[in-house]
Amino acid sequence: MKSAKTNLSKAHIWVRLKMLEVKDIYAGYGQVQVLHGVSLDVAAGEILCVMGRNGAGKTTLLRSIMGIVQIEDGVISLEGEAINTLPGHEIPRRGIGYIPQGRRLFPELTVSENIEMGLMVRKVSNDTRDWVLDLFPRLRERLDQRAGTLSGGEQQMLATARALALRPKVLLLDEPTEGLQPSMIEQIRQVILKMKDEGFAIVLVEQRIDAVLALADRVTMIENGKSVETLTAKELGASPDKIKRYLGV
Amino acid sequence: MTDIQRSNWLHIGVVIALACSFFILPEYHSGNLARILVLAVYAMGYNLLFGYTGLLSLGHALFFAAGMYGLGLAMQFFDFNPIAAVIAGLILALVVSICVGFLALRTTGVAFMIVTLMFAQAGYLTILYFGEYTRGDEGFVIQQADRMVGMIDLTSPMGRFFTALLLFAICFFIVAYIVRSGFGLALVAIRENEERATMLGYDVMRLKLQAVVISGVMSGSAGAAYALLFGYAGATFATVQYSIFPLLWVLLGGAGVTIGPLIGTIFMFYLIDYSSAITPAYMLIAGLALVLLTLFAPQGLAGELRRRYLPWLP
Repeated sequence: MKSAKTNLSKAHIWVRLKMLEVKDIYAGYGQVQVLHGVSLDVAAGEILCVMGRNGAGKTTLLRSIMGIVQIEDGVISLEGEAINTLPGHEIPRRGIGYIPQGRRLFPELTVSENIEMGLMVRKVSNDTRDWVLDLFPRLRERLDQRAGTLSGGEQQMLATARALALRPKVLLLDEPTEGLQPSMIEQIRQVILKMKDEGFAIVLVEQRIDAVLALADRVTMIENGKSVETLTAKELGASPDKIKRYLGV
Repeated sequence: MTDIQRSNWLHIGVVIALACSFFILPEYHSGNLARILVLAVYAMGYNLLFGYTGLLSLGHALFFAAGMYGLGLAMQFFDFNPIAAVIAGLILALVVSICVGFLALRTTGVAFMIVTLMFAQAGYLTILYFGEYTRGDEGFVIQQADRMVGMIDLTSPMGRFFTALLLFAICFFIVAYIVRSGFGLALVAIRENEERATMLGYDVMRLKLQAVVISGVMSGSAGAAYALLFGYAGATFATVQYSIFPLLWVLLGGAGVTIGPLIGTIFMFYLIDYSSAITPAYMLIAGLALVLLTLFAPQGLAGELRRRYLPWLP
């Protein structure tokens, strides 16, 4: 049964049904142009890593997909339907979950209430709450605790759980393991891989090359606000000169 | 006992205690309490917007005055009976809060404070401009004979107190219900992190407008009740001072706590009452008390209570 499922997700990659597609977008803040020509796409059951130096525009890219930054040109589409003209709050409702850098919980609300905030948006099936808590058993022990008092790793879990509570099709993760202890990093990674197996399309912004090589199916490089190259993780691993050129490590 | 049961008992208990106090307290204090209860309704309306949604308005006097003049003018010129006049007051407050909310919510932060302040000033000047009908600063008295609902005389101490308590209880339970509902949770989420709420799929603009309208109508109901129970409507109630009062009451009592506004209003009322008995420079004592409170209980009295002893306070 399990192997059949894996085969299916592999088949998806093979025909490359694009779940989320970003085509040549331009965006910025007022006078400051940040993105000039970024394209990428990700399929269900696939992890796409976005890499680039600090200030390359990775976070702006995710914020543009979420509709918080208005794009000036280009198209963002979810399952073939353009979403860049929708109002900001409609985009998560269509099935894109965003877990921003620095977590950004509602610190005064309890763990349980934070998850509830996600559940209420789409009123999805009743077992969603259990499903989310099964992914992060540690949260189940802390349901009545205020989110602001959780440890860094637990906050990251809660931010992820809250995004998953909307049952999204696409997950955008902005450096989810930044500043966490190794054991926590491993747990978060396991969850990301599990999401992939369940057929989510995942866009992961990550700086650490070891994490990228371990998780990613494909990697899109961004340099000065432009996507310059997309290659498979294998290809990237085999060419250290590229890593050096784009990331300077 | 679960937190929800606790909070239900707290709210019911407070209302019962207030009802009993009428028979225990001397008439002077129960008279004060009737006034406090009406003003606490005003503060509760304010708290919903400020304490829970995180929107600081400096123009709530406009909503208070809308309720007051909606009722007052309807009684004065169209001979409405008190109940119909209260409804007129609520409708006027509703219309005003929809308009103000719709325009003012295009701004955030300091700009929101200034825009609401300006709207309230415009409202105040409108009342003065139509002085022929509103009697401007001088105001007008609502005749004792008109203030009868069926057999209940709203000018008698008992009629006045229990009408005030009825209004207070209704609003108190509404607020308690709202803050526990999904809607209330969404408002707190907006207060905590507005962008995040949008990114989770909440229509922040619509939720904020709903909060402004509920808050405005509740403040308007307090204005209408004030005019009806105390028999007077005047432009003083539309001044900046009356926009600042609910902010003070809520800050002292505890923003974002359901019983905060009541505690804050009682505290402030008696602080001024007692200090003015000691010296004509009563604001000196009141001011000192306020400074001390801000220093040692920055979250307000009920907020401090929640922080230290009662974490379940809604």
